[in-house]
Amino acid sequence: MATKTASQLELLDVNGHARIVASGPWTVQTVNGIEPLVDNAVASPAKQITIDLAGITHIDTAGAWMITRLERGLAANGTKIELVGASDNATRLLKALDSAERVIPPPRPHIGVGREMIEGVGRTMYNSANDLEAGLNILGGVTRGFVRALVHPARFRFTSIVFHIDRTGLRAVPIIALMSLLIGAIIAQQSAFQLRSFGAEVYVVDLVGVLVLRELGVLLTAIMIAGRSGSAFTAEIGSMKMREEIDALSVIGLDPTEVLIMPRIFALIIALPLLTFISDIMALIGGGLVSWVYVGLPPSAFIMRLRDAVALNTLFVGLIKAPFMALIIGIIAATEGLRVQGSAESLGARTTSSVVKAIFMVIVVDGLFAMYFSAVSY
Amino acid sequence: MSAVLAQPQPPAPDAEREVVIRGRGITVGFGERKVLENLDIDVYRGEILGIVGASGTGKSVLLRTILGLQPKQAGTVEILGTPYDEADANTRASIDRRLGVLFQQGALFSSLTVLQNVEFPMREHLHLSSRLMDELARVKIELVGLAPEAAERAPSELSGGMIKRASLARALALDPDIVFLDEPTSGLDPIGADEFDKLIATLRDTLGLTVFMVTHDLDSLHTVCDRIAVLGDRHVLIEGTIEDMLAFDHPWVQQYFHGVRARRREA
Repeated sequence: MATKTASQLELLDVNGHARIVASGPWTVQTVNGIEPLVDNAVASPAKQITIDLAGITHIDTAGAWMITRLERGLAANGTKIELVGASDNATRLLKALDSAERVIPPPRPHIGVGREMIEGVGRTMYNSANDLEAGLNILGGVTRGFVRALVHPARFRFTSIVFHIDRTGLRAVPIIALMSLLIGAIIAQQSAFQLRSFGAEVYVVDLVGVLVLRELGVLLTAIMIAGRSGSAFTAEIGSMKMREEIDALSVIGLDPTEVLIMPRIFALIIALPLLTFISDIMALIGGGLVSWVYVGLPPSAFIMRLRDAVALNTLFVGLIKAPFMALIIGIIAATEGLRVQGSAESLGARTTSSVVKAIFMVIVVDGLFAMYFSAVSY
Repeated sequence: MSAVLAQPQPPAPDAEREVVIRGRGITVGFGERKVLENLDIDVYRGEILGIVGASGTGKSVLLRTILGLQPKQAGTVEILGTPYDEADANTRASIDRRLGVLFQQGALFSSLTVLQNVEFPMREHLHLSSRLMDELARVKIELVGLAPEAAERAPSELSGGMIKRASLARALALDPDIVFLDEPTSGLDPIGADEFDKLIATLRDTLGLTVFMVTHDLDSLHTVCDRIAVLGDRHVLIEGTIEDMLAFDHPWVQQYFHGVRARRREA
């Protein structure tokens, strides 16, 4: 026998008449223990059952639902049921739940891991076509905005552009400078170490100069900006989309692409080449410092050697790529931002995918440029 | 510990009724500016208390202060007979389980469906089988008047009124003793607001809830509130029934309850 305080359900047989006696607290806190008792009782074969609720001390919706489930379960088996001893409270609750749906909807079909994976791959492939279309859409919008702004220069949002140059450009200078200094130093140190065995340490300057100016300066800057500003753009535009601010702009009669996206992309196009230049210089300084300390090449000799090793076109090969990288980062960030749905989760997913796609595309485009420049021998 | 459900009882003399929330000397300020000062408030079991006041008089601040979401400079809050501020984490959690809150914007978790939102408190606090949790959540969703199909939808796909209802269903998930409602009918059309009022009254009667409701809606005050407390000048100006409000001599209270909107209502 359970103690008085425990909630319970007893099946009694009084003179051949089945009786279910419920007692104790039937609440959301105790319902966990009650559920198996109810499921057992539903299996009762009796044709006529009296359910006695007089012993129930407390009842809430969870408890009332268990009684409803018991009733319905028994009724489904063709048992005749009589409810007795229900308190006013219980009666009210049972009445309120009476309308609750009788048909339990079928559980959602279970999808296997394998199928889910294949579906995911398919969906991603399918969506990448949409990516291209959405990106071109934004590019078109920005171009149209630019042409319009050329006709009416007042449409250029100078304040906005300057604000974004400050945020994406000026404020990124310290981190870009520090990162480039270290990268330049590391490359110089590694190449000096490798070249020492050939006694060709002086070629450190050529290696650092060409590698940094042609490829690494712009690539690392673009990757840093994709992570730093691309993510911010996506999150900003995405949360504006969530809160219907984008819709508000269109209703006021403004083109969101022109107001939100164009200034950001322009700011990036202006800021990224400047940052790339800073990155180039800092990496050369880093390389120069290591050559001085590690190889014993004084700065004057480093500069002389550098002048022979690289021409102006080496610098331009890097800088020319920067505006294209900026455009890619901006378009991907805007596309992903506009795709944000209502949930916080989708904002996170879109921001992640914005950064990942931007970095990937920056590297792909850098490769294409490398092929192009070698083909035209520039 | 199970919640004792009160029978809805005829209004008894104040001394005999159980006080479920007792606030004493509540003082809340932002910087130099005091929003609430030395405010006393009592909420009795089984009643629907409406809090009104002009914008910026600290109605929502009071609600947040009682819930412990807003730090206060002075005063005490007792919920269900336990001093809420001094309670240790466990006691606090067990009190929290007996409270349900409907935030002004609904505050549904945007990455979960309505059903998952309602199941969420149960999943975290109780050990129920998933079938039972599913059933209970669906019962709650029906109880607040949402169509069963709405259970599978995401919060971003719901209308304003549906969000309020879904949020109420989540607030009711653990069969709380006290439900806090922050402007439940704001942003609803008059018919929707009326239905919501009726719903709250019905739930109070069937579930024996105590309701603490911040509202601006004169109709709600007239139709469902048992008692009204008016906030102003950083404290409770007056509390009592709608008749007490109509008779009270204070410019704002007079204007509020006898204003054009109020008269239109009487007409």
